[in-house]
Amino acid sequence: MSWNRKHLLDVESLTADEIVTVLDTARAFKSVGERAIKKVPALRGKTVVNLFIEPSTRTRISFELAAQRLTADTVNFSADASSFKKGETLKDTARNLEALNADFIVIRHSASGAPHFLSRVVNASIINAGDGAHEHPTQALLDAFTIREHKDKFTGLNVTILGDILYSRVARSNIWALTKLGAKVTLCGPSTLVPKTFEQMGCRVTHDVDEAIRNADIIHLLRIQHERQRKTMFPGIGEYTSLFGLNKARLAKTKPDALIMHPGPVNRGVEIDSEIADCERSLILEQVTNGLAVRMAVLFLLNGGKGPQEVA
Amino acid sequence: MPESTVILNAAAIQRALTRIAHEIAERNESSAEVVLAGIPLVGDQLAFRLGKILSDIWKLPVPVGVLDVSMHRDDLDQRAAPMIHPTTMPFDVTGRTVVLVDDVLFTGRTTRAAMDALNDFGRPKNIQLAVLIDRGHRELPVRADFVGKNVPTAVTEKVRVRLDIPNQPDEVVLEK
Repeated sequence: MSWNRKHLLDVESLTADEIVTVLDTARAFKSVGERAIKKVPALRGKTVVNLFIEPSTRTRISFELAAQRLTADTVNFSADASSFKKGETLKDTARNLEALNADFIVIRHSASGAPHFLSRVVNASIINAGDGAHEHPTQALLDAFTIREHKDKFTGLNVTILGDILYSRVARSNIWALTKLGAKVTLCGPSTLVPKTFEQMGCRVTHDVDEAIRNADIIHLLRIQHERQRKTMFPGIGEYTSLFGLNKARLAKTKPDALIMHPGPVNRGVEIDSEIADCERSLILEQVTNGLAVRMAVLFLLNGGKGPQEVA
Repeated sequence: MPESTVILNAAAIQRALTRIAHEIAERNESSAEVVLAGIPLVGDQLAFRLGKILSDIWKLPVPVGVLDVSMHRDDLDQRAAPMIHPTTMPFDVTGRTVVLVDDVLFTGRTTRAAMDALNDFGRPKNIQLAVLIDRGHRELPVRADFVGKNVPTAVTEKVRVRLDIPNQPDEVVLEK
């Protein structure tokens, strides 16, 4: 048990021990969601601001619900309905939120490093909910939680991440988390989206999808992020689907207990066949449920003061 | 190394639990209404032991739950976040007598948190409190119904209850 952090900015700087602490804590919070009264008073009187400068539904709702289940007050702040449109800087916006005594700022921003910047200019706890193509720590933590629930351990586990790696903050955070926990990570996708440089992060890179998923215990699919790509990185969606999409025939050649994950939103018929997305090997909706528990755990841990570890 | 004295050894712990179980049986005539709820990390182990003794006395299974109270503590933003444990309450508490089981009664704040946590599961008819050690220094109006041993302590001292640790006898020690 170790947690002394005020902010959750990335997975890169977390230790394996800290990641496990989040997962263990999340396990207790998952059961809260299954009770008749799905609320505990741990963050009573605290204010959580969701500062989403980039559109998001799933993550924002998940954070909002997580905060509410901990009895915190929540305020949502989105790009199109805010003073950003009127030219206010990120720093000024954050300091204004702080002047309203926000205790936590959950930020999503298109610029990598925006949460790190905020953590230096305001006193509130900052949680990175996705910064550009850099990191999306809570997504990686909820993915690790979901994997642990099904596979029990990470050591020696083969995880294949398939799709748009280059523009994916989910991929980066997952690579950090999984390699720290001892899993073997394979990346696969078109060579333009899965450059060899990723081998520096301690994973294997291949462009042959059948080979990539043959021995996988977990197949983690990623969406093509058209909004982040400056130009077309591959000839067309149809070609991507036929070369890299997960379909029945491909799935038949994998381990029978290989499980499928996807951080959403799913583009049915592009990276995954519709019927596979709904099959019993798909953990997609479980990931959403677990995301809530993991975000509650993160808020709970960050709320802890700096006093002694021990609680009598 | 802090100086430490053994207050209860393994046999004395078991005797205290047996006596508490008989006191619970004496106090609660309608045995079918009684459930136990232990507070981790040690109270849940004590609750399972008490449940076993009570089942033998009543010749009837006594349901035992584990109630983690860390989300209900009043000092969450003053100390590092506590380790939290899954709560399992495999029974309905509404209309029943819930005996909370904890290892050490000190300030009474854990007990207050436990009573709050119980409310999330229903409305018990009665809540009673059983502790192995009452060490004094209450900060809230809380009192135990069943006590294994009263131990006068200084605030700075620590009472540790060790149960079921491999290669170590069960014991309660006072550390100065």
